[in-house]
Amino acid sequence: MTTHHSPRSMIQARGLGKSYGDKLVLDGIDLDVAEGTVFALLGPNGAGKTTTVQILSTLIGADRGEVSVAGHHLALEPDAVRDAIAVTGQFSAVANLLTGEENLRLMADLQHLPRSLARRRIADLLERFELADAAGKPAMTYSGGMRRRLDLAMGLLGEPRLIFLDEPTTGLDPRSRRVMWQIIRELVRGGVTIFLTTQYLDEADQLADRIALLDNGRLVAEGTPAELKRLVPGGHVLLRFPDAAQLDLAARALDGSSRDDETLTLQVPGDGGVAALRSLLDQLDHAEVEVIDLSIHTPDLDDVFLTLTGQPDRRPQEMEVAV
Amino acid sequence: MNALSYAVVDATTMLRRNLKHMLRYPTVVMFVVAIPVVLMLLFVYVFGGTLGAGLDAVAGGRHEYANYLVPGILVLTLAGGGQGTAISVAMDMTDGIIARFKTMNISRASVLWGHVLGTMVQTGLGLAAVLGVALAVGFRPDANPVEWVAAIAVLAMITLAFAWLSAALGLAAKNVESASNLPMFLFLLPFLGSGFAPTDSMPGAVRWFAEHQPFTPFTETLRGLLLGTEIGGDAIATIGWSAAIALLSYLWAMSLYNRDPSLR
Repeated sequence: MTTHHSPRSMIQARGLGKSYGDKLVLDGIDLDVAEGTVFALLGPNGAGKTTTVQILSTLIGADRGEVSVAGHHLALEPDAVRDAIAVTGQFSAVANLLTGEENLRLMADLQHLPRSLARRRIADLLERFELADAAGKPAMTYSGGMRRRLDLAMGLLGEPRLIFLDEPTTGLDPRSRRVMWQIIRELVRGGVTIFLTTQYLDEADQLADRIALLDNGRLVAEGTPAELKRLVPGGHVLLRFPDAAQLDLAARALDGSSRDDETLTLQVPGDGGVAALRSLLDQLDHAEVEVIDLSIHTPDLDDVFLTLTGQPDRRPQEMEVAV
Repeated sequence: MNALSYAVVDATTMLRRNLKHMLRYPTVVMFVVAIPVVLMLLFVYVFGGTLGAGLDAVAGGRHEYANYLVPGILVLTLAGGGQGTAISVAMDMTDGIIARFKTMNISRASVLWGHVLGTMVQTGLGLAAVLGVALAVGFRPDANPVEWVAAIAVLAMITLAFAWLSAALGLAAKNVESASNLPMFLFLLPFLGSGFAPTDSMPGAVRWFAEHQPFTPFTETLRGLLLGTEIGGDAIATIGWSAAIALLSYLWAMSLYNRDPSLR
């Protein structure tokens, strides 16, 4: 079991489950998100990411499990949870017929902010989110990136402590994506906790302190990006030889390597570090083997993702990473 | 502030949003006014002469038929107003903004109350415009001030009931297109009642339906208040039908609103 020494937990879920009819969407997942961190829920389409966000943000009820969000019992004190959170969905929830500024004003009114405070926060958000120029235009004329930024800005008027970002950059162009990442990082610097769902590995890698991999409603792995990469035995050095004789020589010299006679290559497990590489080259020199090509393969989150979610028949047992 | 005053403040915020929509995109309001006005002109100037002479209950000409027709046109106007509510509620659902409201600590009923009150303002304006045209084409009510107040109260009560029904239909609709079609049947009901012709001029089954559907007591109550015809049990029937439609629609709308969005 993962243990945290963080003083406060922003989300704590035990055995969270949800079904729609016969279809099991969430099969008893556990979550721990520490205050002030970015937690990424990573998974393919249909894994249950959006359902998880919908439950944690009080939009729908869970069938099973004990959940507390921002220190409040999710099922018993939903309004207290709602006061602490903001949700930005993958489909921007803005009022299309209102202007950007009117959308923000609407949220300020619903949060019952005093007029002068509301005016200040609206002006500040329009500036920070690069929306000041378009503030007077109806939201239906906005680009995808602008809508997503407006959507997020609308959630920030109430100064939430926890923000749910459900696939915040899905469908955005690279520049808008970069801007969104920048905004998220700034929010974290301000002490906000982020619960992010994404199907982009680089996004989780870039932003998250901890990542949980969700597949078919189950968490198949959880840890820091580095810990997850270590889960996959993908790191190796690949050597290529001019002929089978050289391959034979090398295979005898290097313990634990695996050979491929078709391509005349040899895979040597290892992380590709300088020391390991030097000793590998020494061994090859010693055996007087001729190598024509050498490449280093370090595991990335893609390997983790594919290994843990891509093969439903050979699904690994749930892996826990001890910290 | 307590929970109730927050709910009122939130409903007012929502109403302000809906009125802003209405002012910026007035096509729905124009629609609400235009169709009853066109029908009224059609029935007064094209069919009015014949209908006025032919109907026993009217016993006169075009002018008398105009007097007979207007109460029916007024209930037709408020039935048509529901279409705007259904569309704007359905747009909120597809925009996803309803999901945002549901994850905020605001009174759940206030979102729908905003739409319903917006409909009442919109339909009120529509009714005033239709009444203005009606007076111009020869409608001559003989109501005293008390009867006028009662007539306005009856119109407001029926509008409230249909606004809630339309809000529920908007929530039940799968998309904006079907939301604009679902309330269409409301528009047909005044024709199948005493709005355009007395029910006793209709054949068996149609007559039975016309006498037992809510638009007939609605029309008869208004006709009685504005023109002095006999009201009788229609007043009670109007209050009963309005209260029942309002209450059931409110409960239906709230349960649809609180339903799990992924089951849509």
